[in-house]
Amino acid sequence: MDIYFILEKLLLIVVAFAVTMFFALYETLAERKVAGFMQDRYGPNRAGIFGLLQPICDGAKLFAKEEFIPDTPNKALFIIGPAVSMIVSLLGTSVIPWAKEFHFGDHVFIPQVADVNIAVLVIVAILSMGVYGIVIGGWASNNKYSLLGGIRAGAQMISYEIAMGLSIISLVMMTGTMSLAQISEQQAGINWNVFYQPLTFLIFLVCAFAECNRTPFDLAECESELVNGHHTEFSSMKMGFYMFSEYVAMFFSSLFMSVLFFGGYNYPGMEWLSEHVGVNIANTLGVLALLGKAICFIFFFMWIRWTIPRFRYDQLMNLGWKILFPLAIFNILLNAILILVFKW
Amino acid sequence: MITVIFYILSAITLGAALLTVLSRNPIHSAIYMIVCFFSIAGHYMLLNAQFLAVVHVIVYTGSVMILLLFTLMLLNLKEKHEPHKAIISKITAVLASCLMAFVLFAAFMKAHPVIEQYKETGVDFQSVKVLGNVLFTDYLVPFEFASVLLLLAMIGVVMISKKDLKQDVD
Repeated sequence: MDIYFILEKLLLIVVAFAVTMFFALYETLAERKVAGFMQDRYGPNRAGIFGLLQPICDGAKLFAKEEFIPDTPNKALFIIGPAVSMIVSLLGTSVIPWAKEFHFGDHVFIPQVADVNIAVLVIVAILSMGVYGIVIGGWASNNKYSLLGGIRAGAQMISYEIAMGLSIISLVMMTGTMSLAQISEQQAGINWNVFYQPLTFLIFLVCAFAECNRTPFDLAECESELVNGHHTEFSSMKMGFYMFSEYVAMFFSSLFMSVLFFGGYNYPGMEWLSEHVGVNIANTLGVLALLGKAICFIFFFMWIRWTIPRFRYDQLMNLGWKILFPLAIFNILLNAILILVFKW
Repeated sequence: MITVIFYILSAITLGAALLTVLSRNPIHSAIYMIVCFFSIAGHYMLLNAQFLAVVHVIVYTGSVMILLLFTLMLLNLKEKHEPHKAIISKITAVLASCLMAFVLFAAFMKAHPVIEQYKETGVDFQSVKVLGNVLFTDYLVPFEFASVLLLLAMIGVVMISKKDLKQDVD
């Protein structure tokens, strides 16, 4: 039983890893396709049908590029930087509940790698670690632009983490649990948290953009002023790791937002389906529903990137500290009053 | 199995802590400190205190270490500078840490019977629910005092930085 349990979890980890990498791979293509669509042009369409082989060509190109390490006294840290970035962004999917329990005869299979009762806190911890890769890599590059990029990334992460944590607190006040499995269960059908907590969702969404270092919050990278920010000196697959970790973080943030606010694997009519058609079929559709919601969010991320211009650095800090932070505290107060009045 | 993991984790903790003190480059010592904090979180996990482990990671590695990296980066970008400390300050540092260790040891010895009691009854003593309950009933006064202390520290920082600003204007 014990060895069987470990094997099952290992299989689940491998599958989650494969799905994440697949999504990250095709997000790179989707990004360019969406950019093309927004700017009224085609985007990549030469490799394979609709350019579907483009990400594979890009990956092969990145592997084949020359591996260049600048003259820095911190070669080890220079290599550790992108690795940390990648590892941390891959950790997040370990606590996502992909669906309800599958039933194979007597055996019950839970499609969640680790059902810890503090999953929300685990994710906050993972998000706060994400900046280390950027800061370490930026510092070890021995380049002023990289250092500036790393420091900006750190400052941004600290500023937006506070508002993000506070918005999660008001959600946890309502749900009364920190386990993502239970939060998903509570939102059965169309009883989604976003309808009760629209303000929380808005704050969280803005902070998620900042945590992923996506435009309009890409002050760490910013091609126009800092050349390429923290990954100026990185070449070949090290640069690829930084780029990939951004896309993985985007996928993971989309999943997390779907689970917290948009019902996770729930979809209308799920109970009817599992009663009349079969539990496993209904659950499989649940996985697809979760992925579909994540895809909607990923498209939203790209949509914002290609329509909204960037912030200036002081505007970014003002938004974080003077608008989002007081708003999040007000949101907690509002929720506390509402919970007291309506006894949720 | 758990004993083996414990020994590996302890080796990492002690090694990283030693390297934190011994390495000459301040940024390297900050990074070793992160590793040290992570392995301590691992120890909490071994004791089945998940909440404590995750909060430890959030508080220490998340916020304190980022701030530390910041100061180090902004203070000395290139040179490895290590100011030579007077012998008296070294002695006081050793004394202070010995006293700290003494207090911690006493606290652990005092906590031991309570933990044994919990272990025997098999009650869940690490979940968020239990911790919150204990904090807001038995330990309400110390908890509130700690929050007042944090608030005071915050106001103090603001006041100190304000004073500097005024002098600059004058």
